[in-house]
Amino acid sequence: MTTEGLERVEISMNGSTPAPAQRLLVVLPALNEQESVAKVIGEIRAGRPDAHILVVDDGSTDRTAERADAAGALVMRLPFNLGVGGAMRAAYRYAHEAGFTSVVQVDADGQHDPREIEHLLAVRDIDVVIGARFAGRGDYVVKGPRRWAMRLLSAVLSRIIGVPLTDPTSGFRLVHARALALFAEHYPEEYLGDTVESLVIAHRAGLSVAQVPVIMRARETGVASTNPVRSAVYLVRVVVAVGLALIRRRPESEHR
Amino acid sequence: MTDLRLTIFSVVVAVAALVLVVELLRRRRLREKYAVIWVVISICTLVLAIFPSLLLGVARAIGIQTPSNLLFFGSLLVLFAVSLQLSREVGLLEEQSRRLAEEVGALRLRVDALEKKNASDAKAIAEPVVTPAEIDQRG
Repeated sequence: MTTEGLERVEISMNGSTPAPAQRLLVVLPALNEQESVAKVIGEIRAGRPDAHILVVDDGSTDRTAERADAAGALVMRLPFNLGVGGAMRAAYRYAHEAGFTSVVQVDADGQHDPREIEHLLAVRDIDVVIGARFAGRGDYVVKGPRRWAMRLLSAVLSRIIGVPLTDPTSGFRLVHARALALFAEHYPEEYLGDTVESLVIAHRAGLSVAQVPVIMRARETGVASTNPVRSAVYLVRVVVAVGLALIRRRPESEHR
Repeated sequence: MTDLRLTIFSVVVAVAALVLVVELLRRRRLREKYAVIWVVISICTLVLAIFPSLLLGVARAIGIQTPSNLLFFGSLLVLFAVSLQLSREVGLLEEQSRRLAEEVGALRLRVDALEKKNASDAKAIAEPVVTPAEIDQRG
């Protein structure tokens, strides 16, 4: 890569070289989140003034990128929509090349409370820390087939990975150096792959995974789908995603 | 014996297919790696059109009662292989374009940062910045 050395530090850090301790990058994958993105950035900055914030604008057609930029975040504009997986892979690669040691992914819709980042950071010696619902804190409720799907998913994944995971599809997660190096190269971008398969990949690469109970807020914008047909489709996709994650060959990686 | 009209018809179709493939190749619309399979298929069709007894012989040899079924089976297999190959190629292309999109995003970010840095540097030195428009005027 051509991004080594002095240049990468200057460019990626906007000229200010960070102290080694503060190499945290907060990544917000955002698709048409102009209403909430600036507010979320403000909350993150209030909680952790030292963290760098990167908004990955995943092909938004509204003013997400503009508002994120105005709010003081770095903005990576993707030329077209890649989905959360693609956005995160781009972010991980950027973070890896720019010399960050930790990346925390936070939804730009305000669902994740930035104050909870501290709880994730408090966990030591774990490569992937998931901020999980249904783990004792908060009162987030899901019903019907979607709930069964989530139950099944968490049961299967807990079994595979060997630690209890109540919310494996949570997009609120913290990744440290070793996992960051892995994800910069291998991050599944298929539906559910970014959350589910990535955990399996990390586990197979010998990385540790753990969860921390977090409180999630109701979405600031948009409504979660509760349509039974969609939930059934979701269930099928969950099964497919887990099945694929299990039978797929381990990615050839130099980071093991 | 097969009807002569049928033979003529089959030969015409097979030759037309072959000519189409060659023409596409000649105009560089078809890449060599895909062309090979189509050329082979066209030639096989041509051979079978001229010597239908070949089909009969092969069908008997592997125990298929109706020779046309062998033809259908063969065609199905070939089409399956081709479409699977195309799916694979599409997946590969999608992955490549995704990677490119990610790279573009990262590069844009760096360009933005550089431009900002440039702008602030220029202000700090308090030198008149020469814009491309000014260069044009001078030039």
